[in-house]
Amino acid sequence: MKILVCISKVPDTTAKIAFKDNNTSYDTNGVQFIINPYDEWYALVRALEIKESQGGSVTVINVGGAENDPTIRKALAIGADDAVRVNTLASDALNTAQNIADYAKKEGFDMVFCGKETIDYNGSQVGGMIAALMDMPYISYASKMNIVESKATIERDIQGGKEVLEVEVPFVLSAAKGMAEARIPNMRGIMAARTKPLNVIEPSNTDYMTEIVGYELPPAKGECRFVDAENPEELIELLRNEAKII
Amino acid sequence: MSIIVYVSTKGGDVLKSSLEAVSYAAQTAETSNQEVVAISVGKVNSMDELGKYGANRLIQVQSSSISSFQPNLIAKAIHEIVKMEGSNLCILSHDLNGKAIAPILSVEMNAGMVTGAVGLPDNSDGFMVRKGVFSGKAFANIKILSENKIVTVMPNSIEKKEFKNTTNVEDVDIELGTPRITVIDQKIASTDVPLPEAEKVVSAGRGLKGPENWQMVEDLAKELGAATACSRPVADMDWRPHHEHVGQTGVAIRPNLYIAIGISGAIQHLAGVNQSKVIVVINTDKEAPFFKSADYGIVGDAFEVVPKLVEAVKRLNA
Ligand SMILES: Cc1cc2nc3c(=O)[nH]c(=O)nc-3n(C[C@H](O)[C@H](O)[C@H](O)COP(=O)(O)OP(=O)(O)OC[C@H]3O[C@@H](n4cnc5c(N)ncnc54)[C@H](O)[C@@H]3O)c2cc1C
Ligand SMILES: Nc1ncnc2c1ncn2[C@@H]1O[C@H](COP(=O)(O)O)[C@@H](O)[C@H]1O
Repeated sequence: MKILVCISKVPDTTAKIAFKDNNTSYDTNGVQFIINPYDEWYALVRALEIKESQGGSVTVINVGGAENDPTIRKALAIGADDAVRVNTLASDALNTAQNIADYAKKEGFDMVFCGKETIDYNGSQVGGMIAALMDMPYISYASKMNIVESKATIERDIQGGKEVLEVEVPFVLSAAKGMAEARIPNMRGIMAARTKPLNVIEPSNTDYMTEIVGYELPPAKGECRFVDAENPEELIELLRNEAKII
Repeated sequence: MSIIVYVSTKGGDVLKSSLEAVSYAAQTAETSNQEVVAISVGKVNSMDELGKYGANRLIQVQSSSISSFQPNLIAKAIHEIVKMEGSNLCILSHDLNGKAIAPILSVEMNAGMVTGAVGLPDNSDGFMVRKGVFSGKAFANIKILSENKIVTVMPNSIEKKEFKNTTNVEDVDIELGTPRITVIDQKIASTDVPLPEAEKVVSAGRGLKGPENWQMVEDLAKELGAATACSRPVADMDWRPHHEHVGQTGVAIRPNLYIAIGISGAIQHLAGVNQSKVIVVINTDKEAPFFKSADYGIVGDAFEVVPKLVEAVKRLNA
């Protein structure tokens, strides 16, 4: 199986969120970046497991600037064979998806894996767009997947539950929790990653359909009102008469 | 012109998240003097509700090829209607249905898209929508620059305004081709409110010590009419099912009431819940970080406090 895994770079989950330039851009000062957890823990690791048991290759792709290279190298350290970076700003999902789809069409992959969403822009967009651009079925929020020859059996999250489906390659999926267990890169992987290919290509698409105008932080919370543990009934009273929500 | 809104149904009833999308479309239409056209795949029973939240018409797509959830085909059906109506704005819910369909539709329509909107479009200078970013830690205002536009609405984030429309129903047959996905099994939780849509949520963490202690959490949830949730380690240890895991890497929710029992309030947990309207924290440790994000707090032992809360709500409900 020839698998393409789409990885995006996001701030570490504990990163402080602050903005600069009059709240028009994210302040990356002091921020550690990681591979988006869904892309790394679930999409990439499952792809590697499939390769290890059935052969094939795993390519990772990222749309972004050269500052993403260390993050991409981490995917190589975990075990991807090679990497591609499309050298353009990833600020609009359709643009990102078009660039990935154009590359993937040219190379021909059996499966394209994405994460269910990025933890910074929370889009849940790119995977489905790639599928539509490549005219492939899209299986969103996959929590388990197995493949025998060309037929995959996938469990996905649907509204109010889960379902199991079958689909023939090629297809695109977005990975959710349950697909695999996170892996930590070992020393050998880290060494090997240094010499694995990271090819930089120029964008095939430069149209942007959306634009981020500015950011806002949520209003600060007021003080917490404490209720005595000896008399928790008072809480119910407050929720009814003060907060008026029960 | 019309605004198109996709509605999902369960047993013929329109989902609450879809009704919110209808209301979002109707409130957008109000300021731009447009008609609201709802689309469903298959029959809808609750026509009154659609009218109440502002749909002028309902187009029921009948297609023999969609007997299971087929996002690719549903997107195609919506696009056909969009073309028939000459519309350039389509609204969906940012629930699991919308998340699967909308990206495909965006390619079909060649539309710029904002997902997870928490506010109505601002038309004062172009078309701008507000959404949560950084897993609830901030908001972004995003402009859609293209002619065609798609907005998906974050569940539980829009005030539903009431209209008194009567919804006219039309049936349309559309040939959509053969599905490429074969559904072989489905597990739908029957009675429970789906977590992302729940208005009240009772959640518990590692402070509960083990899965055998969850009865009181379920009792409290039942008495309050709430859904249950948990922190990540609890799901990882299989004390609770994975779909209950909330936070940055789990489900993001924004109920009116979130009660956190024995959860420390790690930043990744908060990222999924900090947009709840009222947060209650119950924890033995008065230094637990969660209290900083709480509206109400009890410093105390869950095993003593929670049963008393259950009794108190029972008395209230009696
Ligand atoms: C990349 C990444 C992503 C993550 N994503 C998520 C996520 O999406 N969601 C998530 O939840 N976590 C996530 N985490 C984990 C997170 O950092 C915390 O480890 C986790 O939230 C802690 O769970 P907890 O509060 O249940 O347990 P603990 O931190 O162990 O807290 C237990 C709490 O219970 C209290 N307690 C103990 N006994 C009692 C009692 N009898 N009565 C009342 N209170 C009691 C304790 O004082 C303590 O505050 C993530 C971590 C990483 C690194
Ligand atoms: N800049 C990017 N480069 C490569 N893949 C991306 C990029 N942005 C998003 N993706 C992929 O698309 C998924 C969904 O992203 P989003 O639609 O932004 O929530 C991510 O989990 C990644 O797998």
